[in-house]
Amino acid sequence: MTAEEIWNRDFLPLRSKILEIAATLDRLDRAGGVQSDLNKTLQQALAVLLDGKVDRAERVQLLFSRQYEEGWRKQLEV
Amino acid sequence: MHYIDPHIHMVSRTTDDYESLAKMGCVAVSEPAFWAGYDRGSAAGFRDYFEQLTTFEPKRAAWYGIQHYTWLCINAKEAENVALSREVIAMIPEFLSRPNVLGIGEIGLNKNTRNEAIVFLEHLDLAARMNELVLIHTPHLADKHQGTRMILDMLAGETRLERQRVLVDHVEEHTIRPVLEAGYWAGMTLYPTTKCTPQRAADMVELYGPEHLMVNSAGDWGPSKPTAVPDFMLEMRLRGHSEELIQHVVYDNPREFFGQCPRWS
Ligand SMILES: [Zn+2]
Repeated sequence: MTAEEIWNRDFLPLRSKILEIAATLDRLDRAGGVQSDLNKTLQQALAVLLDGKVDRAERVQLLFSRQYEEGWRKQLEV
Repeated sequence: MHYIDPHIHMVSRTTDDYESLAKMGCVAVSEPAFWAGYDRGSAAGFRDYFEQLTTFEPKRAAWYGIQHYTWLCINAKEAENVALSREVIAMIPEFLSRPNVLGIGEIGLNKNTRNEAIVFLEHLDLAARMNELVLIHTPHLADKHQGTRMILDMLAGETRLERQRVLVDHVEEHTIRPVLEAGYWAGMTLYPTTKCTPQRAADMVELYGPEHLMVNSAGDWGPSKPTAVPDFMLEMRLRGHSEELIQHVVYDNPREFFGQCPRWS
């Protein structure tokens, strides 16, 4: 697909998803807001969408992921 | 177009679902052993489950012209109980010669704990000793990246297993690359809210190519859609991809991977 074809097909679903995010954040605020590390991660994820760099999906996934440590086998004694 | 669903839990689905799958072109399903939604109390519970997977389930599938294959193990969630796991692992060889058994699975990690890792390694040992294919479940959500890397570490240490005989399932954008680069097969699961959408799965086929990649519904007792693979096929078609490419992913690839098991026909 060309960029124009993708744009024509995906613009409305994209607009709708952004509105869902906006409305959900409003709903959270109206209910008093949330103080949690996950909320901070959410803010970082939203920033990824706007940073203009590639691999956004992969980077958002990694933001919501627990860290991998190479020495885990020694740590867990496995 | 005919397709194969390489990961679906039909014991949790209705006979009507088999009929829908058949109408949509599904000719074979592969059903890994998994968690029933509650912890089973004994090894005898697993024996009954394996009996169901190897006798009644293939019969029910055959009513709609679908071939049913299965995989045996104690799943990662119940693997937290190491003593029970060892009893189940010791029982599995009794079932390995049943005609619809493809190998050991879905083994893996859930919360990435020590006990889960111990039982995973013992399953790998069983597969290596019995020369069986392996189907691997990678953890959910925040645990997926860490758990997938741990699984790859353990697989690399088990040199008796050939990499093309191992399928690492439920890959997403942040785990697909290391799995494919290491020479394993990778499965993408289409779920409504967690895991992949048909669109993101199609993106990954475009990014990584169709080799060693499969798409499944992982339909089970939770929110899931047993006919999700046709959704992926439609998405690929709408993007203008060839029928050959689509068939490569949804039919040829599972056939090639499963075909390494002598009980596949
Ligand atoms: Zn599963």
